[in-house]
Amino acid sequence: MYKTASGKEIFVVDGHTHFWDASNDNQSNVHGRQFIDCFYGYHSALSPPEELWPKEKFQKYSAQTMYNDLFVDGPDDMAIMQSTYLKDFYKKGFNTIERNHEMAKLDPDRFIVNGSFDPRDGEGALDYIRYMKETFDIQGIKLYTAEWRGDSKGWKLNDPSAYKCFELCDELGIRNIHVHKGPTIIPLNKDAFDVHDVDYAATDFQNLNFIVEHVGLPRLDDFCWIAVQESNVYGGLAVAMPFIHSRPRYFAEIMAELLFWVGEDKLLFASDYAIWTPQWLVDKFIDFELPEDIAAERGVSLTMDIKEKILGLNAAALYNIDVKKQKKKLSRPKVAEPV
Amino acid sequence: MAASNSAVHLPDDDRVQQVWNRLAPVTDPELDESVTELGFVSAVEVHNADVRIQFHLPTYWCAANFAYMMSADMQNAVQALPWVSSVVVELQEHMYADTINRGIAASHSFQETFGDEASDELDTVRARFRRKAFQQRQELLLRYLIKQGHTQQALINMPMAELNALSASDAQGQKLLSRYREIRCEWGGDAAADKRAFVTVDGEVLSIDGFAHYLSELRSIRINTQFNGEICRGLLDARYGDQAARVNEVRVNFPVLERKQASLSD
Repeated sequence: MYKTASGKEIFVVDGHTHFWDASNDNQSNVHGRQFIDCFYGYHSALSPPEELWPKEKFQKYSAQTMYNDLFVDGPDDMAIMQSTYLKDFYKKGFNTIERNHEMAKLDPDRFIVNGSFDPRDGEGALDYIRYMKETFDIQGIKLYTAEWRGDSKGWKLNDPSAYKCFELCDELGIRNIHVHKGPTIIPLNKDAFDVHDVDYAATDFQNLNFIVEHVGLPRLDDFCWIAVQESNVYGGLAVAMPFIHSRPRYFAEIMAELLFWVGEDKLLFASDYAIWTPQWLVDKFIDFELPEDIAAERGVSLTMDIKEKILGLNAAALYNIDVKKQKKKLSRPKVAEPV
Repeated sequence: MAASNSAVHLPDDDRVQQVWNRLAPVTDPELDESVTELGFVSAVEVHNADVRIQFHLPTYWCAANFAYMMSADMQNAVQALPWVSSVVVELQEHMYADTINRGIAASHSFQETFGDEASDELDTVRARFRRKAFQQRQELLLRYLIKQGHTQQALINMPMAELNALSASDAQGQKLLSRYREIRCEWGGDAAADKRAFVTVDGEVLSIDGFAHYLSELRSIRINTQFNGEICRGLLDARYGDQAARVNEVRVNFPVLERKQASLSD
C-alpha cells in the first residue's frame, strides 16, 4: 500500500514482474549470457545510481529479496508474474510457471502467476494450456513472439496455430493476454515485435484482453493507433516507466500520447522487476506532473485519480480483484522469512 | 613503404584522422545520428593504403539490417579517399558479426548475405528511415524557431532563401538548422531558393489550420526514434562505457597535430 503525502492510500498492482534464473550455471550458450547482459544494460542505463545492483545478484536473486523489494521495502500490494521460458538460452528456462509458482507460495494472495505458450508446439501448446489451467488456475498468459525455436526466429499472434490457442483460452476463461511488444531484439529485418498482429487478434477475440507490454515502444504510434480501434487493447508501462528519472520530459511526452490515444482506463503500471524495483518508480510517478506545454498540446492531464487507476485499479479490474476486500485480506503481517 | 597506388604521401597519423573525418557523417539510419558521435566506432588502423575499422553496437542483438547498412556505408565512405586501396570493416560482439563481416568483405548485398531470412532490400529500409529523419529534424527545428518567436504563419510561408540565411545564436540552433537544410535537399521536393522551406516529407504545403495537428504527428514519430536513441546510448555505455570514453578521449584530446608534437618531444 502506498500512502501519498496527503495520506491518500493507493492500491498498487505491479503488472509485470519476473523471478528469473540467469545464473552462469543455468545459461545454455552465448545467447543466454548476452540476453541477461542486455537486461543488465537496461538496468544500468535507466536506474538511478543508488538503485544499481551488482551483476551477480541481477542474474539470480532469492525469493525473499524479491518479496522484500516488492512488498516490504516496496509499494506493491500485488504483483503479476509473467512466465518467460527461453529454453533455447537457459537450461531450466528463464522463469517458468513452476518457478514462479514456487515463489508465489510465499504469500499467494499477493501474486498472480501467468502462464505462457508457444503455438509452434501445435497440439502440445493446447495440452499445455489445459495443464496450466488445471494445475495453476491461470487467468492470464504472457506471450513472447520473438522467441527462437530451432530455425524459427519468431511467430505472430494471427498465425492459425496461435488462433487455436486463443480459442482454447477463451473457452477456459483465460482472459488476459500479455504480449511482449518492446524494444527491438530482432534477428533480422523481419520485425518480430511489430505490433500489427495485435490488431487482428484483438478484433477476432473480443472476449480476450490484450495487454501490450512496453506499450509497443519503439512503435508507440502504431500501438496507439491499434488501441484506439480496439476496445480490448491495453498498454503495459514496463520500460517506459524508468524514463521518469533519466528523461522526465520525454516520459511526459510518452504519457501524453498514451493518455490521449489509449486513455486513463487502459494503462497499467509495471516495474519489470528485477530490471527495475518499484519503490522509486512509484515515488516519482506520484510526484510527477506533466509539463504545461505538453499537457496543453494533447489536452490531457495526469491527476492523482488517474495515477491511482494506472497504478492499480485498471489491473484490478482486468483480474476481477475487489480492491476493498483484497485490501482487508492483505492487511495481515507480511512474510518475513521464506517458507 | 608508400602505397603503390597513392599519389598523396601522408603519414599514417594524418590518414587515421582522414578516416575518422570520413566516418563522422555516416549515420545510424534508425537513430539519425553519427556513428562516431554515438561511440560505435572503436578503432581505426591504417597501414600504408590499407584501412581497418572496428565497430560495436549497444547489444549483441541489434538489428542486423542496420548493422549491415552502417558497415557498408563506412566502407564506401572510406574507400572514397584517394590513397585508400583496401578497407576492412569489422563488426564485433554481435550475433551476426561473422556473417555480416564476410558479406561486406565480399561486397555482397544484404539479401545475398542473409538469403531467405531477409525480407526487404536495404534501400527500402533506408528510404523509410530517411523520411523519418526528415520529419524529426523538421519537428525539432520548427519547435525551436517557434520558441525563438517565429509565428506559425511565417514558418509556413518561409522560402528556402530565408531559411538558408537564418542563423542561430546558440550551438543547438545552429545544429538544428544545418541538419534540416541538409535533409531538405533530399526530401520535401524542390529546394530552390523561392520554394517553401517547411513542407511535408512528400512536398505538400502546410496550412495554418492543420499546423498544430501536423506538429503533434511529427512528435509521435520522434518519440519512437528518441526511445531507440536513449536506449542505445545507455546500453552502449553499460556495455562498453570505459572503452567508449577512451576512444572519444583519444580523438578529442589528441588530434593529429598534438600527437605529432608529442612524438617530437619523445
